Amino acid sequence: MITEFGHFALILALVMALAQTVLPLVGAQKGWGNWMAAAEPAATAQLVFLVFAFAALTWGFVASDFSLRLVTLNSHTDKPLLYKITGVWGNHEGSLLLWCVILALYAAMAAWFGGNLTPSLRARVLGVQGAVSVAFLSFLIFTSNPFLRLASPPLNGEDLNPLLQDPGLAFHPPFLYLGYVGLSMSFSFAVAALIEGRVDAAWGRWVRPWTLAAWLFLTVGIALGSWWAYYELGWGGFWFWDPVENASFMPWLIAAALLHSAIVVEKREALKNWTILLAILAFGFSLIGAFIVRSGVLTSVHAFANDPERGVYLLIITGVFMGGALTLYAARAGSMQAKGVFGLASRETALIANNVLLAVAAFVVFVGTVWPLVAELVWDRKLSVGPPFFNAAFTPFMVALAAILPIGAMMPWKRARMGRVMQPLWGVLALSVALGGFVWVVQTGGAMLAPVAAVLASWLILGALAELWTRTRRADGIGGQLRRLRNLPRADWGKAVAHAGFGVTLFGIGAMTAWTVEDIRVAKIGEPFEVAGYTVELRDVRRAAGPNYTATRAAIAIGRDGRQVALLHPEKRVYPVARMPTTEAAIDGGITRDLYVVIGDPQDGGGWAVRTFVKPFANWIWAGAIVMALGGVLSLSDRRHRVAAGARSARRTTVPAE
Amino acid sequence: MIRALLLILVLATPAFAVQPDEVLDDPALETRARELSKGLRCLVCRNESIDESNADLARDLRLLVRERLVAGDTDAEALAFITDRYGEYVLLSPPATGSTLILWLAGPAMLVAAGGLAAVYLRRRGRTADRDDPLDPSEEARLRELLRD
Repeated sequence: MITEFGHFALILALVMALAQTVLPLVGAQKGWGNWMAAAEPAATAQLVFLVFAFAALTWGFVASDFSLRLVTLNSHTDKPLLYKITGVWGNHEGSLLLWCVILALYAAMAAWFGGNLTPSLRARVLGVQGAVSVAFLSFLIFTSNPFLRLASPPLNGEDLNPLLQDPGLAFHPPFLYLGYVGLSMSFSFAVAALIEGRVDAAWGRWVRPWTLAAWLFLTVGIALGSWWAYYELGWGGFWFWDPVENASFMPWLIAAALLHSAIVVEKREALKNWTILLAILAFGFSLIGAFIVRSGVLTSVHAFANDPERGVYLLIITGVFMGGALTLYAARAGSMQAKGVFGLASRETALIANNVLLAVAAFVVFVGTVWPLVAELVWDRKLSVGPPFFNAAFTPFMVALAAILPIGAMMPWKRARMGRVMQPLWGVLALSVALGGFVWVVQTGGAMLAPVAAVLASWLILGALAELWTRTRRADGIGGQLRRLRNLPRADWGKAVAHAGFGVTLFGIGAMTAWTVEDIRVAKIGEPFEVAGYTVELRDVRRAAGPNYTATRAAIAIGRDGRQVALLHPEKRVYPVARMPTTEAAIDGGITRDLYVVIGDPQDGGGWAVRTFVKPFANWIWAGAIVMALGGVLSLSDRRHRVAAGARSARRTTVPAE
Repeated sequence: MIRALLLILVLATPAFAVQPDEVLDDPALETRARELSKGLRCLVCRNESIDESNADLARDLRLLVRERLVAGDTDAEALAFITDRYGEYVLLSPPATGSTLILWLAGPAMLVAAGGLAAVYLRRRGRTADRDDPLDPSEEARLRELLRD
């Protein structure tokens, strides 16, 4: 019965989404206040219905209701409770339902906290957001309905893909979706502004917190995914340039560009057209990402035929929203008047350079991702575009971005004097180059990857510190400076923290890639061997049973200078229901290095295959991403943003009753 | 339990890619083999190099690369040997020839175009630099309201 209620709630949510689209858009056009006001209750009701539907589906999974097709295909009674719950979104239909819930959540947030927007802009934002909901809800209901029943339910389910039976599934997709879907808010704001024909500083201020929130969720989501791949796939890589990964990376790059250009709109009323375009494209890449992930078109051209209905539907959604928005853009963008004026050397110019680099980098990722498809369709050439291409074609943009970042961050608006901007940075530059030289000497020559990463990281981190320092320096000594540092707006702290986080990640990537030591061998029990200064000893190998798998579990002791550093338990698991083996690497994490061991097969002559990695500074990669997201949180908590996104009391008094 | 153990035997695919028995005795050759492997696609996998893949076919290719290197091939010769047999699909980094040149030049070309557009925009801005419109009264009122927070 709960299932039918959930199904019904899903359909009611679609009806609410239709109301949320039509009523406010018509109302805003005709100036009918009561029609516009319908947006808020419609958005709230849509959210309530979707949360109920989601809860009903979750109940189906928790109670192992195998009359539900989706539960049968993705669950099993022996599966631990955590994975019964996370299994709700560990499949196409359920994850799409989660996507719709988050979409409605954003719309409801905008409805509840958008009190200080002009009524017509607010109505249009909610209307456009409603239209996105209509598209996805009808996609869900008509092509991917999670509530379909089976006529004759089986006794037990087919279990969830074992690779997904990991705590990572609890966090990675929700964060990623909060990011993807959050960009729909920027899109709705952009389209609403185009319909209104007005983009001003206030618009820039309103759109920024939403973009910032989406970007920071996306940052966390991507970092979690990368970390998950690192420990789950068993060979220690953290980024594979897989189409599905690229699908999340492109919106991230565009959102990062949008974040910066919206600042120019807010502070200087320039770059309006460009910012609107970026807002449209950011969500466009989210849609393209959804298409890539769901249709499977890029992993193999032929997978498209497996589920043409879904792929085609998503392609239509992408086409309609992008086509519509870009047509509107072409018609209206000319009417946006830029106001702010600035010199060639100015923060505006620096932010334009940031946007050029980020946008072109996203373009490179996009071209590389779709190229196999293009080559096959146009030239009938079957080829692959993989990590070697992306590493070569993408990295230079990030290096250039890191190189100009501290200078741009230090520049004042309107007109900068380069001498003054560079004055506090020369010391930073000298220190960074010295550090790079030191790193080069320590690694005794060789590849430039790690030294370059060290120079850039130190340049970014010290540059961020130098900026905070210079901004608060006056003649009254250290006491006054500390007070001013404390009183600095959170947005300024957020900026410095996020930029430093970028440096941390760059260093992690460079150091880990350059200095990883790998050892593959047949290890016999009780016979220690050396890897990069560590003593590794296979102590024993046993069978172990998990709730829904059996495992081969090894005990590997790692020591250094006669002392034991870690006792690790890598596993090889077999999930009998899903008929699939997985490897569970065991990792001893640390600030300066990860020790990473994987157990393989027993060998004919006795002993086991063992793969050992020493990965210097691996954790810095994800720590840096978390620091970047923390910068976003700091910035989001700035009073100016809270006021823009949240304070309806301020506005309530000045808006005439509707 | 017996069934589970049987399954372990049936499903005993290698838990990781490169197996100890594949590793060459000469560390220099082995390093070259690993580097080459990272650039070759596992033909039956989803976007994995043969260096990362557990598939049998990937293992065969890894052994083939090592065989060629031991036989004295240069890196280029070994790659040519493999692409002759498996097609350019096997290369994860497509060679910059013919239509693939477009792929490689797309980024730099876009950078030049975007940089050019930005430069034109900046020059135009610079020229109108001193024409600053004063706000009209309604905008003044709006600004005051916004700044009140």
